[in-house]
Amino acid sequence: MSAISFQQVEKTYGSGVHALRGVSFDVQPGEFFGLLGPNGAGKTSLISVLAGLARATRGKVTVMGHDVVDDYAQARRALGIVPQELVFDPFFSVRETLRIQSGYFGVRDNDAWIDELLASLGLADKANANMRQLSGGMKRRVLVAQALVHRPPVIVLDEPTAGVDVELRQTLWQFIARLNREGHTVLLTTHYLEEAEALCQRIAMLKQGRVVALERTSELLAGTATTMLRFKTDHALPASLVARARVTGRFAQVSARDAGDVEAVLAQLREAGVPVEDLEIGRSDLEDVFLDIMTTEGAQRQGARQ
Amino acid sequence: MSAMRVLSGARPLLRKEILRFWKVSFQTVAAPVLTAVMYLLVFGHALGGRVSVYDGVSYVQFLIPGLVMMSVLQNAFANSSSSLIQSKITGNLVFLLVTPLSPAAWFIAYTGAAIVRGVVVGAGVMVVTAWFAPPGLANPLWIVSFGVLGAAMMGTLGLIAGLWAEKFDQLAAFQNFIIMPMTFLSGVFYSVHSLPPVWHVVSHLNPFFYMIDGFRHGFFGVSDVSPWTSLAVVGASFVLVSGIALALLRSGYKLRH
Repeated sequence: MSAISFQQVEKTYGSGVHALRGVSFDVQPGEFFGLLGPNGAGKTSLISVLAGLARATRGKVTVMGHDVVDDYAQARRALGIVPQELVFDPFFSVRETLRIQSGYFGVRDNDAWIDELLASLGLADKANANMRQLSGGMKRRVLVAQALVHRPPVIVLDEPTAGVDVELRQTLWQFIARLNREGHTVLLTTHYLEEAEALCQRIAMLKQGRVVALERTSELLAGTATTMLRFKTDHALPASLVARARVTGRFAQVSARDAGDVEAVLAQLREAGVPVEDLEIGRSDLEDVFLDIMTTEGAQRQGARQ
Repeated sequence: MSAMRVLSGARPLLRKEILRFWKVSFQTVAAPVLTAVMYLLVFGHALGGRVSVYDGVSYVQFLIPGLVMMSVLQNAFANSSSSLIQSKITGNLVFLLVTPLSPAAWFIAYTGAAIVRGVVVGAGVMVVTAWFAPPGLANPLWIVSFGVLGAAMMGTLGLIAGLWAEKFDQLAAFQNFIIMPMTFLSGVFYSVHSLPPVWHVVSHLNPFFYMIDGFRHGFFGVSDVSPWTSLAVVGASFVLVSGIALALLRSGYKLRH
């Protein structure tokens, strides 16, 4: 039995937006699974359908074998959702918030687990603080704790590290990785591809409501194993390189097929009189793969693999 | 699903909804009590000598049950509607939407907390105003029945309004253009017998009239219509709005897209 199963899920909103166009994939129990895609690709729609916040126009979704519509109570008991928006109830303290949330799931006398959550997420000294008094990062931690009060076997994190400082990211990932080792299934959406690369065993990429890649992270990286030339420069790149380069500020990356190609690129830079600093040669990372799939061959790629 | 399971599911949400208004009780309980006392002082003084409604009942005595019931109704409505709209606008309703709570549990919790708020405010108004002119207690059972049923009806209407409204001003419009006129034209401040015949008939089409008339019967033992008639009208109205509220919750109206 899959932890999560999406079968031919379609979603068209009342406004006519066709957010999901037949999404199918399964997440296995114990997996750390990444769901990637640009803004508007349908990630949040897919998670909303999973959580019961939205209803699929067509198709079927199950959590631990429970249909999210017909057997919603069991499905939701199995699911812990960390929402993307930083929302909170200003009437309550952190501990009250967590007790109330436990109650909704029928969990009573949950203080031992609540204390453990607070300690693991670095919230112990904020237990009695009102939600309004917390910083954004602290509120984010409470959101994570809230999703876990009923010890769900499946955890869904929707952009949990958006706008979050380094310390919280470390705390959060240590904690989530521990839960994953203990057997929890994790579904993660993120814009930070290095996080997905480091954490996720398998990755699905969405583009315009369709799955355009679904592979083990290692295979995804191996599949487009090109060499990347990375350097910094304050000068404009020569025209011959602009098309194949990715530039972020003064940081440039140019893909190269092999050692000879690397030499050719360097020669062009020299000819154009572009001085480079901090030159390094490495393998392409998930960001390169992601851009490759999203910009060029997304549709063909999926077609070829099915 | 058995009734017991629905009830035990509703309990944590009911507790939270009660805690929510109780934490700001200065604003949700004390303020409406003060408002009602103002009405009593102003209208009591302005009209006290001139209006007599029932034999042996002064105008101020007549006014008190009306004010109590008006406070019950308005606060019951305000509780469920403002809680829902706040949760929708701030987005924290998501914490409830991801839980296994059934539509019936939502209904019981929101309506139940509205009844509690309505009854607490009503009791407060009664205690404070009775000090000015004790209105008498002919039949407390009617008082309790109409108080609770009226609060339930308005809590349910508030639930519907809270589900429907997407902004605070839509809710305010609902409150100002529907709830307020219906309350004021229901006989809070006067007996509908003193109205011209046309308005007399119109008043009888207003379910709020029956809530207040039946409630008042509990104090004086006399009323414009039989309390049984009022009970039937209010009961039927409650069943109707409950049916609508449950249907909206089941369909996920404006909650699950």
